[in-house]
Amino acid sequence: MLLMAAILIPLVSAVLIAAAPEARAKTIALLGTLAQLVIACYAATVFDWSFSSRAQLGMSVAWFEGLGVSLSLGADGVSLVLILLTGLLGPICVLASSTAITTRIRTYYAWLLVLQAAMAGVFAARDVILFYICFEFTLIPMFILISLWGSTNRRKAAIKFFLFTFTGSVVALAGLVYVTWFNATLDRGAVPQVILSQNELLGTWTFDVSTLITAGQMMSASEQAWVLLALMAGFAVKVPLFPVHTWLPLAHTEAPTAGSVILAGVLLKLGTYAIYRFALPMVPEAVALYAPHLSMLCVVGIIYGGLICWVQTDVKKLVAYSSVAHLGFCMLGMFALNNTGITGSILYMVNHGLSTGALFLLIGMIYERYHTRDMNQLGGLAAKMPVWATFMVFFTMASVGLPGLNGFVSEFLCLLGAFQASSSWGSGAWGSDIEPVAAATPGALGPWFAMIAGTGMIIAAMYLLYMVGKVVWGPLKTPHGHAGGHAGHESSGADDHPAPLPTDLSGREIVTLMPLAVLCLVLGVYPKPLMNAIQGSVDQTVAVVREPLRTHAVTGAPAKPAPASPANTHGEGAQ
Amino acid sequence: MTERLAFLYPEIVLFVATCVVMVLGLSRSLRARKSSAVVAGVSVLLAGFLAVVSTPRGSGDAACPLSGFVYSHALTPAMGQVLLPELAPYAKAVIALVGALLLLPMAGTVDRTDEARIAAGKAGFDPLRSNRAEFYAFYLFSLTGLMLCASADNLIWLFLALELTSLPTYIMVAISTSRNRSREAGVKYFFLGALGAAVFLYGFALVYGGTGTTNLNAIAHSISTGGLNTITLLGVVVSLLGLCFKIAAAPMHFYTPDVYEGAAPQVSGFLAFVPKTAGFIAILLLCAAVGWGYSHADSGVGSLLHAVSAEPLVQGTGRRLPYLLWLMIWVVAALTMTIGNVLAVLQRSVKRMLAYSSIAHSGYMLVGVLAGPGDSASTSGVSAVLFYLLAYGVMNAGTFAVLAALERGTDSEGQPVEVETLDDLRGLCASHPLLGWTMVVCSLSLLGLPPLLGFFGKLPLFTSGIAAGQITLVVVLGLNSAIAAFYYLRLAFTPLLESRDESEAPPALAPFRSRMAGAVIAAVGVLVLSAIGGWAMGHAFDAATVKGAGAIAPRGH
Repeated sequence: MLLMAAILIPLVSAVLIAAAPEARAKTIALLGTLAQLVIACYAATVFDWSFSSRAQLGMSVAWFEGLGVSLSLGADGVSLVLILLTGLLGPICVLASSTAITTRIRTYYAWLLVLQAAMAGVFAARDVILFYICFEFTLIPMFILISLWGSTNRRKAAIKFFLFTFTGSVVALAGLVYVTWFNATLDRGAVPQVILSQNELLGTWTFDVSTLITAGQMMSASEQAWVLLALMAGFAVKVPLFPVHTWLPLAHTEAPTAGSVILAGVLLKLGTYAIYRFALPMVPEAVALYAPHLSMLCVVGIIYGGLICWVQTDVKKLVAYSSVAHLGFCMLGMFALNNTGITGSILYMVNHGLSTGALFLLIGMIYERYHTRDMNQLGGLAAKMPVWATFMVFFTMASVGLPGLNGFVSEFLCLLGAFQASSSWGSGAWGSDIEPVAAATPGALGPWFAMIAGTGMIIAAMYLLYMVGKVVWGPLKTPHGHAGGHAGHESSGADDHPAPLPTDLSGREIVTLMPLAVLCLVLGVYPKPLMNAIQGSVDQTVAVVREPLRTHAVTGAPAKPAPASPANTHGEGAQ
Repeated sequence: MTERLAFLYPEIVLFVATCVVMVLGLSRSLRARKSSAVVAGVSVLLAGFLAVVSTPRGSGDAACPLSGFVYSHALTPAMGQVLLPELAPYAKAVIALVGALLLLPMAGTVDRTDEARIAAGKAGFDPLRSNRAEFYAFYLFSLTGLMLCASADNLIWLFLALELTSLPTYIMVAISTSRNRSREAGVKYFFLGALGAAVFLYGFALVYGGTGTTNLNAIAHSISTGGLNTITLLGVVVSLLGLCFKIAAAPMHFYTPDVYEGAAPQVSGFLAFVPKTAGFIAILLLCAAVGWGYSHADSGVGSLLHAVSAEPLVQGTGRRLPYLLWLMIWVVAALTMTIGNVLAVLQRSVKRMLAYSSIAHSGYMLVGVLAGPGDSASTSGVSAVLFYLLAYGVMNAGTFAVLAALERGTDSEGQPVEVETLDDLRGLCASHPLLGWTMVVCSLSLLGLPPLLGFFGKLPLFTSGIAAGQITLVVVLGLNSAIAAFYYLRLAFTPLLESRDESEAPPALAPFRSRMAGAVIAAVGVLVLSAIGGWAMGHAFDAATVKGAGAIAPRGH
């Protein structure tokens, strides 16, 4: 019921905003997002963290019964953490928009709240179709946010964003439906009693997530590979992984500030979350087999994204491309398929949301004051805006991965995971013949992947510090006509903002940044609570993907069909 | 006797209403003339109600054969019940609901300038100039034909019903506006329609030649016991090719954009639903007669040769159509959706875009035909097609009603000018919020965006396609949905996001309130069916019961 409320309250608020007068829109939006946050926090206190691998707080209502579709909700540790992140960014985005958005205010806040509802729905869904519905429905509000309140190239960016994601996820739907059909035709007699007793829906037509995950594991290796391909077609676009990332910088650059914050903070996590939730446990053999290939894409993304950042002059574009690199780290940790890597990957989802979200907020604040994001026109802002500069440096450091701040923890864990993900770690690759070190886990990544990805950290430090150096330090430089910041602008009588912005940050702006800064620091110094929260879920997933990995390590060949698998008969049923 | 007649109550009601409308429409009294549309609407709804309430259910003689009644054929008991025994009530109810929805925007389609002159006292009522009686009578005739299709169990009956569906539409197109391009569209539609009819009639003749009977049940019986001989197979293939005209599928789709563009939008909306539904019912009946029980390897010339060899094909435990038929529908489906969607992307005219998209939707539904019957709503392609017809009917009625409810002033002859291009729709949500939001909801639903009705229409096509092993085709279907996103997004967001230049006046509302009502009811219908569509889908599944298909294993060959 709590999860349902976390989805319904923003939706109801959206309807209220559409019905209420324009002046109330902001207040209702703020209350709606705060209510969502409060409910998410309350859900976290009700949640039984000692069984965090289990879906809790569940509820289920039949919807299209003939099709087996139901409104079925539930959250495990990882889902709940991401729902909390969604809830946290909601009020921040509303606050951040209060001076930036001056036209069609009601439409703006209404769609923002619909987006919040859809994102919470993705994380809470325990029905594949419900998941898909929410996953797709995030597109409409985002499309509208970009195309109505974006900057110059907004229409193209919005269309590209929509078409990329929509195309991919239709193919992903085909993959998920294939698993559903596979499950429906499973012969229950051939399934071990232990598994049956836990999943009474096996062998029936259902879209229940945990049933489909169990069923997916029984597919033959080749079926799993195809399903993995279909799933990645949908989810890799959303992440985005290297060759299909091109929509992201455009969408980020053109979106309004709050849009970019949500895009970086939560929307990209829909892709990583979906891979964690579906691809890993549903088709573990295929993931184990293709992890090196997928990781290669991640590594290419890390290096390529980083190098592109280096040559950007538009600050927002720079941060946008840095997301490509950062999400590369996140996925590299995921495909390490060991406890360290996946934990790091999930921490990365949260941390990237916090620090990159904050960077977009900071850039939005500059843009509101100077109407430019060009590094050549901005410089030495520390002298004029010390508070802003402090936050900017702080969050840049968090993003770079300075030890003590949150980015370091997750990036380090992801890389460590990749290092360890090789059964020959400590032997073959280094030309020595000592036994593999104790921390080695089965896997096919190992030092090379981690080392090359590690250079990405250095590149990240270079471009981010370069940006800070230009914009924050150095001689003071502001665009023409903005010599006195916004105060001068105001005196010329050409102010298009209802409330003039102070030269440095206003109290409202500090309030939007403060919670993010505190969390960055806390999660950097003491990430243990967060790690404990997700541990149960991660352990379970690792246990699932570990099985085929061992087989690979022993035989050096693709794993045989899972022992309990009646799957071979299905392979021929498929076209 | 009465029991058998009960099958025909809906059609009888429609026929009586047609006669009444023809007289009423010629009355000197304006009120009487205006009531003809009301009579048409009420009779359609009554027919739908009767179809649900009075159609005899159950197996055995009661569920049998109209043609036995009409042509005094005697049926042997071995032939059992009809092919799709539960189809008629569901199909007729859908036809009645969507038909009534399509009637709303038709107000004022014909005789508009004449009526205005009469009202202004400039002219008296001249029955020779009036088209109102014919227009509504043809509307009712067409729906009568469509309902007859749903209970057809004989090739001759089916042919007559298909023609009764189509012939009135040719004239409706021609008289829908007084411009020459409507007449041109009507003539083009008529000639190509006649060609299509000739093709499927030829196919029916071949089927008769191959099986020695025109009774569909007898044909199914002969095929299931004696196997499918080559002449029958070719007959079915040729019939399907002819029926592609009715459903606007490639390669018989060329008339669609021209005809839809030439006709008034409310009539184009009618064309997108009525002949398509007739075509799909006929295709399902023919495929049910052939049966989905064959098995074959996916590819290879060998199968093709075998398909036309002298020895008859025998149904086994497989769940596919015979290879030649399967291949044809596969290719037609893939071509139809791809051609329709790609060409729709290139259009600027809204009606042409919707025409091409209507082609694409036929391609989607053919996936369900290929998938065949199943044991649940998620695996039965037949049920998917039947549900999609309802979903498409409602969404499509909404978009065309929006176009019908808007006009950009009048031309030199006092004829209203239609909304043509996407640019005319800019800022519609601001100037006419109800119409604008109807456009947004209906086009997003046509795009298949979850959680709207269109998505729940496509999902069973997806699931049944995959359950039938047609994974490649399902992926083609998915990618086509993505292409469709490109133009449906434009159609949905031009009214919402783009603003109109200050200098341009927004399009005016047509002076007929029922047109706007039609649009809004369709949008509400889309939203309501998105929430409670499971219920309608249950009925679609019941209607999709195919005789003798229950025993077919759910998977494998």
